[in-house]
Amino acid sequence: MSTTAKASLRTALNLLFFALIGTALLALTYDLTHDTIARSVEKEKLKLIAQIAPPATYDNDIMKDTAPLAKDKLLDGTATTIAYRGRLNNQPSIAVLQIVAPDGYSGRINLIIAIHSDGRIGGVRVVSHKETPGLGDYIEIAKNNWITGFNSASLDNPKESDWKVKKDGGSFDYMAGATITPRAVVKAVHKALQYYAQHRDELFSPAPPEKTSGKEDKK
Amino acid sequence: MTVQEFKDIFHNGLWKQNTGVVQLLGLCPLLAISNSVVNAVSLGLATTLVMTLSGAAIAPIRQIVPNETRIPVFILIIAVLVTVIQFAMNAYMYSLYVVLGIFIPLIVTNCIVLARIEAFASKNPALESALDGMAMGLGLTAVLAVLGSIREIFGHGTLLSGIDMVFGEAAKSLVITVVPDYHGFLLAILPPGAFIVLGLLIALKNWLNLRAERKAHGANAAITPIEGGCSPVAHL
Repeated sequence: MSTTAKASLRTALNLLFFALIGTALLALTYDLTHDTIARSVEKEKLKLIAQIAPPATYDNDIMKDTAPLAKDKLLDGTATTIAYRGRLNNQPSIAVLQIVAPDGYSGRINLIIAIHSDGRIGGVRVVSHKETPGLGDYIEIAKNNWITGFNSASLDNPKESDWKVKKDGGSFDYMAGATITPRAVVKAVHKALQYYAQHRDELFSPAPPEKTSGKEDKK
Repeated sequence: MTVQEFKDIFHNGLWKQNTGVVQLLGLCPLLAISNSVVNAVSLGLATTLVMTLSGAAIAPIRQIVPNETRIPVFILIIAVLVTVIQFAMNAYMYSLYVVLGIFIPLIVTNCIVLARIEAFASKNPALESALDGMAMGLGLTAVLAVLGSIREIFGHGTLLSGIDMVFGEAAKSLVITVVPDYHGFLLAILPPGAFIVLGLLIALKNWLNLRAERKAHGANAAITPIEGGCSPVAHL
């Protein structure tokens, strides 16, 4: 073997050696942290859901009782999202939907909305957004309580034509300088209510999975 | 290692060769994440940890890595360390992890990390290299902390907001409202605010240097010009 080939081989083996050590270290860390990460993600989500769907309104394991939301014009989501279904004494009581307002000032605004079985909104929260800090970010509960203006609203409260921001002649507040953001949120929430009204029954069927088989979908 | 060497390493990292205001390396996180003290210091400390560990990990193997492949090997080691830290933060400081987001993995491409490995750790023993990484990281963290404080006070009128993301709900009482009922100053929170405040900090550092030199050598001393930074993208 020529010296060049030997040198190349040595270099290649050297790289391989470090790549293997690196991979082993990463695999080990992943293994050690994987469960904790899954748990904190779930805890965070549950915390958010608890703000808009009070634990008293359901008695099932809402994180496990999920149903996929099929693509629908009213939801504007590009991918299938998930609905969390709350039941009280096995009767549908509250549904938590993940929805998207596609037309925010700087892109999509991800929201979750809780709707009581009678069509009243339990609450709306922003999960993530890219609106301008200091201007459009008052939709976050941490910055402003604007978003609580949706509490207890429903399709006929306010009436159909009032599902707009005040600037457009509707009944929802907005802040000067940032109207596009609340407009997008109001529109998305309104559409979610319409979707819920149309699909309420299929949303709550099929029946919840048996409690014992709940472990399968834990991933 | 003598006491003098030890002192030199820290003097270099914290003041003379400060990454934030002298070398101007690693500007990307400096500008993006320094809109509040908690964010700024958290990212600074994460970078410090990466630099310390990568210095300690790379110095001992510097003899066995062939010269031609040293950059891929160094980057590989840095990337492994960053990913390990990312996993750990995701697991134990979830809400902070969400805020810092993409800037944690981007530590890999922060040129200050590779720059110190090339300039120091590939030529010096492990202990010195680790200390050099730590000193450089702490220097960066200090600049980030000052930048973050100024931007947060002007932008939001608070200090330490979001500290509960690191220490849990109980720490919420640590948030200081500097100016009550403040309406916010958008420029300070957006990236231009970071450039302006950083510019002022560099000016302050140069002024302090000039004053010290004048004191030492009389009035004829000249300022050493600042060398340019680099963008992390160039290293990708």
